[in-house]
Amino acid sequence: MDKKAYQFLKKNWPYIFAAIILILLPNLLSDFRLNLFGKFLTFAIVAIAIDLLWGYTGILSLGHGVFFSLGAYSMAMYLKLKSEELPDFMMWSGLTDLPWFWRPFKHFWVALPMAIIIPALLAIIIGFPTFRARIKGVYFSILTQALALVFSIFFIGQQPYTGGTNGMTNFQEIFGYSLSEASTMRGLYIITVIVLVAVFILSRWLISRKTGRVLVAIRDGENRLRFLGYDPSIFKIGIFALSAGLSGLAGALYVPQVGIISPSMMGILPSVEMAIWVAVGGRGTLNGAVIGAITVNGAKSYLSETFPDIWLYFLGALFIGVVLFFPAGVYGIFERFKGKKAEEKGVLSNRGETDYAAEK
Amino acid sequence: MPVEIIISQIFNGLSLSSILLMIALGLSITFGIMGVINFAHGEFLMIGAYTAFILQRFFHGQDSGYYFLLSLPLAFFVSAFIGLIVERSIIRFLYGRPFEGMLATWGLSLVLQQAARNIFGANNVEVSSPAWLNGGIEFIKGVQLPYNRLFIIAIAVICIIGMYIYIYTSSSGRRMRAVMQNRDMAACMGIKTRRVDSVTFAIGCGLAGIAGSVVSLLGSIGPSTGQNYIIDAFMVVVLGGVGNLSGTIAGAIMIGAVSPFFEFVTTSSMGKVIVFALVIAFLQWRPSGLFALKTRALD
Repeated sequence: MDKKAYQFLKKNWPYIFAAIILILLPNLLSDFRLNLFGKFLTFAIVAIAIDLLWGYTGILSLGHGVFFSLGAYSMAMYLKLKSEELPDFMMWSGLTDLPWFWRPFKHFWVALPMAIIIPALLAIIIGFPTFRARIKGVYFSILTQALALVFSIFFIGQQPYTGGTNGMTNFQEIFGYSLSEASTMRGLYIITVIVLVAVFILSRWLISRKTGRVLVAIRDGENRLRFLGYDPSIFKIGIFALSAGLSGLAGALYVPQVGIISPSMMGILPSVEMAIWVAVGGRGTLNGAVIGAITVNGAKSYLSETFPDIWLYFLGALFIGVVLFFPAGVYGIFERFKGKKAEEKGVLSNRGETDYAAEK
Repeated sequence: MPVEIIISQIFNGLSLSSILLMIALGLSITFGIMGVINFAHGEFLMIGAYTAFILQRFFHGQDSGYYFLLSLPLAFFVSAFIGLIVERSIIRFLYGRPFEGMLATWGLSLVLQQAARNIFGANNVEVSSPAWLNGGIEFIKGVQLPYNRLFIIAIAVICIIGMYIYIYTSSSGRRMRAVMQNRDMAACMGIKTRRVDSVTFAIGCGLAGIAGSVVSLLGSIGPSTGQNYIIDAFMVVVLGGVGNLSGTIAGAIMIGAVSPFFEFVTTSSMGKVIVFALVIAFLQWRPSGLFALKTRALD
């Protein structure tokens, strides 16, 4: 075999293996489970987006539910217009005409880019003033958390335009394929896998480049970077917008698979939960983010099916336990077994105590 | 807009400010001293509110209702005690790790809410206002200032004065300020910083507990009562700057006065959006809050 190809395979075989399993899953799982797993994979995309922002750049956003939901709503608007001339909730609120900002969403090729552009734009609008004013650390987190609250209240309040508390549901078809068909769901699942792999590769590429080093430098010593002549705020705004856009894309994939989007996905609880996926998996490692999103959500759907009362206790205990005992997450435990090997490779992952001091 | 409405809006705003102030004081000093943002702070308010509820069940049938006064110190001690346990078991491991602190305390708040749901039921419960707080003063014709809101403002003022006396005149408060300004140096001078941390955290939780017991005067209380106030309290801390009383007071008055006004002029959802935009705009002018501690340090 070609030596280069061999090297590539040796280095990346776990990823290739994982991708093959993901592609083969439709043959192994029941349609219901597959649909559920597709949902987890969209969450994994969000986890990667948050990890880029938090794990690598050291900015913790507690408002990613907003970006995710904005993407989801964009897609939901398209799906809604596909199935009804005038959405049902508009009729109930007495609207007779489609509002002007709804019209472009009739077209898929407007709705899909909008699912990425709108969250990214919002991130720039929020990020520009805050990062320029050098608001960082917990202040930024608190502001994004307030953003989640404000947006969920706003969307609930604008019932005629957003569907209020119930959000949007009752979608019939996408691209002419019925959403109640199992084959459509399988297709959506495969698309989700492809997008996840693409996002993963894009993120790996980004952090392996100089830009990635600058992002890590922002996390570990922002002032030093500033003295070296970089403008950290540009990078921060950029990565925040990218992270928001990726979350929006995940939202757009989420809606057709789950079939409903409501303001409950953009509130504070889901937003903080998204951060905990990354914390559980291991922040600062893309693998960890994906593993975290899938395991936490797997545990969630298992526990809330079997013991609905215990779920919140479990989630709370998970938050506390991970932070106190496994600050490097599940993937961190795994890496610890591998020992020094990882350090020798010079990967950015599995950082020690130093970065906690840097956050201070 | 008629004068009566303006006056009663300002008055409602002031009583909201008072509640926010009592919550934000604890948040601000715990962040200032330990670098931990306590997301479970709203749940200590909830604990205070349920303390008032239990006390009322205990004294059920007594008409005078003066037992309500007892619920204020009781709420303080119950919340402070639970706060002490939390500090000793969880918070102390999170010093200087603000992000993790946020996630862990958020988890704690989920656990406490669910516990309240299991103990008291998911539905809201009512704490009846004592008879002597019904009615109000007629301020000008057509404007009535309800006694219960006046009472809340009075309690907040008492709490602030108490905190001022404690922080700036007592020796324990002096130690607290020392740790806040320079932990290592304070430790070198023989101050038991760990104990200061515990005491400070407990006092902050106790203040939230008092806030909880007066919140029960305004409406029914439930497991998520704390959540209604916590974000606004965070905004107060962000506005006021961390770790000083005057900033917190100014921030609380601003948020408390501004948000009911905008919610009244527009809709309640629009009002929240406007207040949030104003906070971000304000931070352009004063990024570290109104009364940030002056320092030459870079961070």
